[in-house]
Amino acid sequence: MTERLFVKGNEAVAMGALAAGCRYYFGYPITPQNDIPEYMSRELPMLGGEFIQAESEIASINMVLGASACGARAMTSSSSPGISLKQEGISYMAGSELPGLIVNICRSGPGLGGIDASQGDYFQAVKGGGHGGYRIFVAAPHSVQEMYDLTVLAFDISDRYRLPAMILADSVIGQMKEALVPHPYVPPADLPSKEWALSGKGDRGRQKVVKSLYLGDGELEAHNWRLHEKYRLLGEKETRWEENGLEDAELLVTAFGSTARIAATAIQLAREQGLRVGLLRPVTLFPFPGAAFLKATQRTKKVLCIELNTGQMVDDVRLSVARDAAVSFYGRPPGAGSLPTPEELLLQIRRHCEGGVHGG
Amino acid sequence: MVARKVFARPVSLKDVATHFCPGCQHGVVHRLVAETLDHFNAAGRTIGVASVGCSVFLYDYFDINVVEAPHGRAPAVATGVKRVHKNSLVFTYQGDGDLAAIGTSEIIHAANRGEGLTVIFVNNTTYGMTGGQMAPTTLPGQRTTTSSAGRNTASDGHPIRMAELLATLDGTAYSARVAVDSPGHVLEAGKAIRRAFGYQVEGRGFAFVEVLTTCPTNWGMDPVAANRRIAAEVIPFFPLGTFVDRSGDER
Ligand SMILES: Cc1ncc(C[n+]2csc(CCOP(=O)(O)OP(=O)(O)O)c2C)c(N)n1
Ligand code: SF4
Repeated sequence: MTERLFVKGNEAVAMGALAAGCRYYFGYPITPQNDIPEYMSRELPMLGGEFIQAESEIASINMVLGASACGARAMTSSSSPGISLKQEGISYMAGSELPGLIVNICRSGPGLGGIDASQGDYFQAVKGGGHGGYRIFVAAPHSVQEMYDLTVLAFDISDRYRLPAMILADSVIGQMKEALVPHPYVPPADLPSKEWALSGKGDRGRQKVVKSLYLGDGELEAHNWRLHEKYRLLGEKETRWEENGLEDAELLVTAFGSTARIAATAIQLAREQGLRVGLLRPVTLFPFPGAAFLKATQRTKKVLCIELNTGQMVDDVRLSVARDAAVSFYGRPPGAGSLPTPEELLLQIRRHCEGGVHGG
Repeated sequence: MVARKVFARPVSLKDVATHFCPGCQHGVVHRLVAETLDHFNAAGRTIGVASVGCSVFLYDYFDINVVEAPHGRAPAVATGVKRVHKNSLVFTYQGDGDLAAIGTSEIIHAANRGEGLTVIFVNNTTYGMTGGQMAPTTLPGQRTTTSSAGRNTASDGHPIRMAELLATLDGTAYSARVAVDSPGHVLEAGKAIRRAFGYQVEGRGFAFVEVLTTCPTNWGMDPVAANRRIAAEVIPFFPLGTFVDRSGDER
């Protein structure tokens, strides 16, 4: 019999990480993600793992770097201001080709901002955050089940491609309780072994070095071309999205994470009123499902992108759609009281279905 | 008569020339660390954490596994390494800009947690790699490229004595300051480094050795004058000694 639990999204992340064999957690408290370190601090010691409440987010990500350099599955979690601090370490991990999971239960900004649900970190997550022009795998769950499933997937992809992975969610998904089926983890049979990992096991074989410094003539260029090729491959093989009701849609609504959840309800209401609306929900934000947008907009020419920010993902949507598709944007800056209701989105959907709204 | 080898390259060091400037004492400290690894026959189970500074090429000289840390973060990286490989010897090798400026938070908390690490802190009173700027350890009145009239403590603050500072923390098992400017001091430095690694082998907690070294290039001195400056100016401000030693037994 498959177990069914009723848990918070944040707890589902922690459970997914433990299921995937992560035994090293390093973090620093910040709302609204504290359920994750609290869960890990209780469970990891019993599993023979290590939990450290570090002195800062900077220290946390560097502990992840160290543990990952030894081949262990390791993670950290935080929220927006803390993720800013981790960007240095994420860049070093990307440059050193180290896997590792970073969870961002995003809050509003800029600055101290607020603790409300937010999608203000799309740019930070997807466009490289730290210095040097690297990419990381970014997945955006829209349910408690996906918090678990995508966490597990993120570890596998992170290991396979040797790059950091991020779960991007917010308090709506992190704090909400839903049913969860915690599927047992089956490691993919073809996951490459970590022959690069520092062993420290007493062997006097070939020296192993984990580094991101390349000073020799042409070395860094070659290294970056290799990383670039990896990102291309990631796009080819690991892009994930969900489509619903696009077959006959006049209007394609797109949103990720928490707003996709609200948009889905609005679309259902619209359908009940006879409006032909469909949803294209990016599940991975990097790699971005650009090809899916191109294909869908060969047919559906009106696109409405909804975000809990003033327009970030919409840039990638505009770059992806067919030339003659019109992309509109509806969003609000995150903050107390700015989470849209299904009725509010329904109004937007109605306007875009009926009116000849263009551009935006 | 049978020839007996009395001096050889430690096996933990590679047989390569270093990039260090003439008279730079990073090389001496490298050798002392390598001799210690040989002593414990530990090169195969040692993981070094390289920092950002003139010593970043640790892996080019030591024949051991190495991970490179961001500037100042070596103690946090080493913490992650040590928590995974508890039976390995893990050490960081950091300059004064790296450890006593940008990395103060990481070093203090690694010490305070009593992480089973050995930290080799190379204090040359300047930022060597970036061309001789003022460091947190630059002496009062010392001229650098960003304190051309000499360090003014009224506006630049005072040099930090890290070995004494870390000795105040309960997690620090061993904290000492040594120099390598004379044969006697080199012997003492070797003993301190051996002790600091020994504490890790015995699982006693965090061990720290500050080594006062020259940077002739950025001090604008020839190697001999730079070496003399250690005794004349640096040691008077940064006294040599052991500031904490929680060995339980006095050896
Ligand atoms: C985040 C960051 N800031 C600044 C630098 C530039 N930088 C490289 S080495 C260094 C300091 C080197 O001085 P020290 O730690 O004393 O070591 P030394 O070179 O003297 O051995 C600095 C500031 C950097 N690499 N990264
Ligand atoms: S710049 Fe100074 S610390 Fe760096 S190698 Fe030269 S002498 Fe040594």
